[in-house]
Amino acid sequence: MTARQAVAALKLTLLLSILVAAINAVAGTLVAWVLVRDRFRGRALVNALIDLPFALPTIVAGITLLALYGPNGPVGVNVVGTRWAIAMALLFVTLPFVVRSVQPVLMELDREMEEAAVSLGAGSLTVFRRIVLPNLVPAILSGAALGFARAVGEFGSVVLIAGNLPFKTEVASVFIFGRIESDAVTSAAAVSVVLLALSLLVLLAIRALGRLGHGR
Amino acid sequence: MVVDRRARIGLRVLALAYLAALLLVPVGVVFYRTFEHGLGTVWESITTPAAIHAFWLTVRIALIAVPLNTVLGVVTALALVRGRFRGKAVLHAVIDLPFAISPVVIGLALVLVYGRTGWFGGWLADHGVQVIFAVPGMVLATIFVCLPFVVREVEPVLREVGDEQEQAAATLGASRWQTFARVTLPAIRYGIAYGVVLSTARAIGEFGAVSVVSGKIAGQTDTLTLLVENRFQNFDVAGAYAASALLALIALLTLLVMTGLRPRRDQS
Repeated sequence: MTARQAVAALKLTLLLSILVAAINAVAGTLVAWVLVRDRFRGRALVNALIDLPFALPTIVAGITLLALYGPNGPVGVNVVGTRWAIAMALLFVTLPFVVRSVQPVLMELDREMEEAAVSLGAGSLTVFRRIVLPNLVPAILSGAALGFARAVGEFGSVVLIAGNLPFKTEVASVFIFGRIESDAVTSAAAVSVVLLALSLLVLLAIRALGRLGHGR
Repeated sequence: MVVDRRARIGLRVLALAYLAALLLVPVGVVFYRTFEHGLGTVWESITTPAAIHAFWLTVRIALIAVPLNTVLGVVTALALVRGRFRGKAVLHAVIDLPFAISPVVIGLALVLVYGRTGWFGGWLADHGVQVIFAVPGMVLATIFVCLPFVVREVEPVLREVGDEQEQAAATLGASRWQTFARVTLPAIRYGIAYGVVLSTARAIGEFGAVSVVSGKIAGQTDTLTLLVENRFQNFDVAGAYAASALLALIALLTLLVMTGLRPRRDQS
């Protein structure tokens, strides 16, 4: 029973972390692009706010999402106890990773190439796809991987909003926590080892990516 | 990239809407909910004996963990950049681990080592020291999660400034300590400051690892973050919001200091 519960928790964690990494890759690149290439009032403020999820305690992140999207929230939706709630909490805490890894690369990017492409008749979508994006791929991937590693182990922001129903909305870290509380340290340790292996793998992948990025 | 005006504004609106829905509006709602019944209720809620205890415990833990990590972090960064020893590559990889490991797993690791049935737990208990479900365990957990911050901030700066000035100081007869205090330290001071700010924010805000080893003894091992959860689980939602708002204020202050420090750090 517990073994099946553990596997379900790990599966859910993996699925949600992959989803969150994918969304981050797109949304993070978009935000980084807007922050570097666009000009508007309050840009510096928005730029500073990007780090808020790093500075805000995770339990507070969970509470803030509950206040807006929970029961009695002002928007009238209640996501508590759904997988959407978990995904949202994970997106909140991992937001800075892709933005902060893409931003410096985008700033350094030589714009002459893009201008040359435009003068040769390329549309803006083609320029982005053929010139900008290939330069950003290592940064996007390493940012998304960092976010993935973080999402896999996330606890504080998820625990209040997820409902923590076994087989439905219980992620791995919450499962481990429950096992420790009921003194079943062995099964907690077993799931922990899987999480540890995952994070080590991701760390190694990021280092390999870093070498790839420098070698170019 | 040359993007026409309409597309650019469209992308801007999309990005800002995403940030608003995920970050800004939720944090705003917490502040609104906290203060909707007036300042008096908030003040009462964050000055209860339990809240004051949680506040001082949080401060105490941060005051032990952050200075320790700062000194150790600078030494480790120096070893990583200037030192030559076996296992340096391993140390390099290990330093980042606390960032990648789940806080709950960190807590579990501490329980397995220092807990009642852990490796050192029995010996420690015989000598009257309780680590797990007590403050020492919470300090250890905080040190663990904050470990990489100072190292990761100081290391690139050290690499950047190089060791030429240090060598010059040494040839002019400065002792090692003098070289460190007068040449190295001033060069890395903003990197250290930035690392200290990041680790302080994390030390105050850590929840998962501390939660596992705290044992949740009300009025004894509650930090501010644990108080938030505690109040929420006991249906004191307003109290949870008030404590959250206090922590969010600390986080905003952290952001402000980070933004102020960043240009100086990048300059040095």
